Amino acid sequence: MAEQTEVVSKRPQMAVEIAGIKLKNPVMPASGTFGYGEEYAPYLDLNQLGAIVTKGLSLKPKAGNNTPRICETVSGMLNAIGLQNVGIDAFIADKMPFLQQIDAPVIVNFFGNTQEEYAEVAARLDDLPGVAGLEMNISCPNVKQGGIVFGTEARAAQDVVSLVRKRTDKPLIVKLSPNVTDIRVLARAVEDAGADAISLINTLTGMAVDVKTRKPRLANTIGGLSGPAIRPVAVRLVHQVVQAVKLPVIGIGGIARAIDALEFLIVGATAVQVGTANFVDPNAMQTVIDGLEEFCQNEGIADINELIGSLKQ
Amino acid sequence: MKNHKTIILSNQEIAPGYYRMRILAPEYQQLATPGQFVMFRVQHTFLPLLRRPFGIFRVGFMPADCDAMPEKEFIEIIYKVVGSGTEIMQELHQGDRIELLGPLGRGFETGDPAEEKILVGGGIGLVPLYMLAEKLVQTSKVRLLMGGRTRDDIITVTEFERLGVETYVSTEDGSLGEQGLVTSVLEQKLAAQPKAAVFACGPMPMIDAVQKICAGYSTSLQVSLEALMACGVGACLGCVVKGAGHSDAEPRYLCSCKQGPVFRAEQLDWSRLEQQDSVCGGCD
Ligand SMILES: Cc1cc2nc3c(=O)[nH]c(=O)nc-3n(C[C@H](O)[C@H](O)[C@H](O)COP(=O)(O)OP(=O)(O)OC[C@H]3O[C@@H](n4cnc5c(N)ncnc54)[C@H](O)[C@@H]3O)c2cc1C
Ligand SMILES: Cc1cc2nc3c(=O)[nH]c(=O)nc-3n(C[C@H](O)[C@H](O)[C@H](O)COP(=O)(O)O)c2cc1C
Ligand code: FES
Repeated sequence: MAEQTEVVSKRPQMAVEIAGIKLKNPVMPASGTFGYGEEYAPYLDLNQLGAIVTKGLSLKPKAGNNTPRICETVSGMLNAIGLQNVGIDAFIADKMPFLQQIDAPVIVNFFGNTQEEYAEVAARLDDLPGVAGLEMNISCPNVKQGGIVFGTEARAAQDVVSLVRKRTDKPLIVKLSPNVTDIRVLARAVEDAGADAISLINTLTGMAVDVKTRKPRLANTIGGLSGPAIRPVAVRLVHQVVQAVKLPVIGIGGIARAIDALEFLIVGATAVQVGTANFVDPNAMQTVIDGLEEFCQNEGIADINELIGSLKQ
Repeated sequence: MKNHKTIILSNQEIAPGYYRMRILAPEYQQLATPGQFVMFRVQHTFLPLLRRPFGIFRVGFMPADCDAMPEKEFIEIIYKVVGSGTEIMQELHQGDRIELLGPLGRGFETGDPAEEKILVGGGIGLVPLYMLAEKLVQTSKVRLLMGGRTRDDIITVTEFERLGVETYVSTEDGSLGEQGLVTSVLEQKLAAQPKAAVFACGPMPMIDAVQKICAGYSTSLQVSLEALMACGVGACLGCVVKGAGHSDAEPRYLCSCKQGPVFRAEQLDWSRLEQQDSVCGGCD
């Protein structure tokens, strides 16, 4: 009897590992929804997070789009921020010192508008102490190739990931765009190109119209849809990618509560990212972490890894 | 700055379509400064999804319910019902649980006490000016120029008067005060005495007109701007406005929620404040 009580009350093992990055739990913020971490420091203990993922970074500072940049939709939002960021020099000087103090691995999300830009940013981040891994956003237009988005064409995706792979030894997570015909083709392409892990989904392209003015609600006309509204689409895409590749997968899309995160883990994601939900509740990630632990405890699961890929037919 | 899970103390309609809500808000007396705002979570579901930003009208204490209990610290917000979120808010009652993130943003600078202070409020834009008036009347002469479309848009003016603020009211339809725009009253005041500090909050066309008038008399101006916000804490970059010297080559975006919502007029690019053109193919 005494022994049994001990087993039940023992805290489940929550740590997971992605491409050699050790996370104390599988929960981290999604790039662009958590700034550089410091913005949310007053509201939750960053040391409790599985990792920190920073706003998309480019070689030079980027201005971003005109306003309005955001618009609320049914259980979701559209954004066309335009990847505004401080650029790599200011990131290293102003943002890294804060991030380095946090007891959680720092994953730096980055992008470029040409293959060379991607490679250059990756090379600069490669020597940077305190960076545990890189997340490469390939949902960006290739300005040298008529603006076609790298992540929507297997060939372009494979080329740019291969090039980046040559320039960094850090764990390389490639973040996929959902705006493709067959996500499995893209997943295999980046696996072949040497990615260490895959994260998905980035936002789904969408549009909203103000019927009174008859103008698009976003200055950019088109934006990316995120939030609870996209979750079923994201779960489906993660499921398909897990089936298609051997790489570990990070699930993203509409996660706001532990049961949302569990769906992704069960279909086979090793970790998850919480995005838009941070805006709604700055403590959302802590709630997800606590809820996952409670679920494991209630279900008698000793190690959260037992859940990963446990989907039954 | 905190996220309080708290309760509503009262929620009353004060004019057609305008509500005044009192919310239990510990620590605000100490933390909140005039011009700051809160992000209000309307429901615990994800519909509507985002929090709504509201200016802090006033901070105060309610007497304790019982001798041994502490006084209740509260804030008041005043909101106009305009859409899905505020429609739900108007149905909320005393004791309902809500979430409040704040106090957020940078508020007003009070400046030289010797200068006369002129507050210009348009409709619901009056809200952040009350706490400011409370502070300014302690050291300076304060006037309020309040404008609205009809008498229904003129709210809480008597409360400003009780503080000792000299108030002028104008409505576009003449149903209360002088008929006309509040900006013409400002023009007259500054023509007589340009050495003043002006504080404005209201619809964008009003703010634009106030800026032109103040620039004409070299009068100092601070404005509180409204922008669409998702996070309220500087993380999403959804709420930016163009700063002075902005160009495509050297962009200078300012974050409304963190560097604002109050800006000194000279911080902003007035020529491009409302211009909207597009530069990117739809990335985050
Ligand atoms: C700093 C700041 C202070 C504000 N203070 C007040 C105040 O004291 N009293 C008051 O009545 N209103 C205030 N507003 C405006 C208020 O936030 C909006 O009226 C409110 O968000 C509308 O919500 P809704 O769901 O009813 O409207 P909907 O149109 O259904 O809202 C849809 C989305 O648009 C956003 N939105 C709509 N109108 C505005 C607006 N004018 N400004 C910013 N976001 C908007 C909403 O937040 C929501 O995300 C303030 C805005 C800002 C930025
Ligand atoms: C305001 C905003 C900004 C974003 N910026 C980035 C970015 O810079 N880089 C990136 O890879 N993804 C970015 N994203 C996409 C998110 O990281 C995430 O993939 C997407 O929002 C789906 O998750 P969610 O539904 O939990 O928000 C952004 C999303 C939002 C809402
Ligand atoms: S509202 Fe998110 S940065 Fe200002």
